[in-house]
Amino acid sequence: MLTVLAPGPLATVQDLGRPGWASIGVTTSGAADRAAHGLANRLVGNEPAAATVEVTAGGLRVRAGRTLLVAVTGAPVPVSVDGRAAPFDAPLTLSAGAELSLGRPAIGLRSYLAVRGGVDVPPVLGSRSTDSLSGLGPPRLTAGDRLPVGTLSAGEPFVDVAPVRPLPARPVLRVLPGPRRDWLAQEAWALLTSQEWSVTSDSDRVGLRLAGPRLDRARHDELPSEGLVPGAVQVPPDGAPVLFLSDHPVTGGYPVLAVVTTPDLSLAAQLRPGDSFRFRAVR
Amino acid sequence: MFPCGDRALLAEVADLDAVAAVRAALRRAPLPGQVELVPAARTVLVVLDRAPTETDAARLRRLPLTDPAPAPDTGLVELSVVFDGPDLAEVAALARRPPSSVVETLTTIEFTVAFGGFAPGFGYLAGLPPELSVPRRTTPRTRVPAGSVGLAGSFAGVYPRESPGGWQLVGRTDAVLFDVHRDPPALLAPGIRVRLREVR
Repeated sequence: MLTVLAPGPLATVQDLGRPGWASIGVTTSGAADRAAHGLANRLVGNEPAAATVEVTAGGLRVRAGRTLLVAVTGAPVPVSVDGRAAPFDAPLTLSAGAELSLGRPAIGLRSYLAVRGGVDVPPVLGSRSTDSLSGLGPPRLTAGDRLPVGTLSAGEPFVDVAPVRPLPARPVLRVLPGPRRDWLAQEAWALLTSQEWSVTSDSDRVGLRLAGPRLDRARHDELPSEGLVPGAVQVPPDGAPVLFLSDHPVTGGYPVLAVVTTPDLSLAAQLRPGDSFRFRAVR
Repeated sequence: MFPCGDRALLAEVADLDAVAAVRAALRRAPLPGQVELVPAARTVLVVLDRAPTETDAARLRRLPLTDPAPAPDTGLVELSVVFDGPDLAEVAALARRPPSSVVETLTTIEFTVAFGGFAPGFGYLAGLPPELSVPRRTTPRTRVPAGSVGLAGSFAGVYPRESPGGWQLVGRTDAVLFDVHRDPPALLAPGIRVRLREVR
């Protein structure tokens, strides 16, 4: 059992989400930064299906109900146990009653707390993830929540510390052309992949609303809604693109100009409001 | 056929019948590593757990666009509807018919769930006659109650839960459209036939 003492600005339980339900309107959801979530699980010897806590902008404090093996990954935060500095990106033993505290990240947005055995809240449609768009899964964590610890651990963990490439100061997301590139003006693709973009405050697990040059449409008729993927860069009529993340709607009615490559979605999930970045065309 | 990033392909076809045929074919014989199938009005999105290849694209291009096999019966759902929606008069005016005649038409149609996507449990119901194809409201409502039955374009639909919405509301139903504790969780899924029955 882990007791939440303080959730920070936003903390949710996340795993690999609910693939397979899109045709009835349920999006996949799951950890926004799959790489950091997966690393946290590996550091404590969990199976890939185990759920972690996704901590947005740090600030999480939890108390261990018994001796627990945990690890914190993702956006680098100062970690402390009972006030003493503790390692990041590394397995860490909490004794019964110990308080684990995450500070604020200097760079990046989402940190992941894994506990050996996994966070064992009741699964909904096969997943423990909080889907912020449709409200499926457990509610966001609040002070006083008690998180059961499950049995989704595999072998003994054998890594002391994981070498992780630091988050880049000037992030670049690789993009492929999207299915509706021809619905945008000819220069839209060149603008997208050459100019600097910044993340606006109107951004969350659903997607990042971007500020930059206006992207104009070539066609003004209505596009019938069609399936979306995470990483899709959709251009609404106001010309300001939206980059979809884990809790994206299942379908969208505006043209998708580009799609971020799967490995770079983790980096996209670490961008925070005010951050600037670029897209780079890989084809 | 359009690429859609490094994990998906978007197949575009002419109409809802072709969407249904492609969906049925890919359900019967999925592509290797197929994790998600998202039918929509004119497209089917196929999501894989790997990068799509030219072979996948070629297979999608060869799919029959009319279903040669009779579609397996995916069931009939009857929804009890009270036709007292705030937009029924507006819809009747647009159709140049009395409201009672609109209700009569709506209760004789056998709809088919064409696709979902707007919210968990929402189904776009195909089968409206052209005269009941009405535009969305110019100003969407900020709050549409769960169970509201609406029309927009060539579709009818039922709001599974309270949400904002711009469909023309003609009635309401008590049916629970989505319940995670039920198997299957959604009452309406692509291919299911739907009838509206008038209750007062």
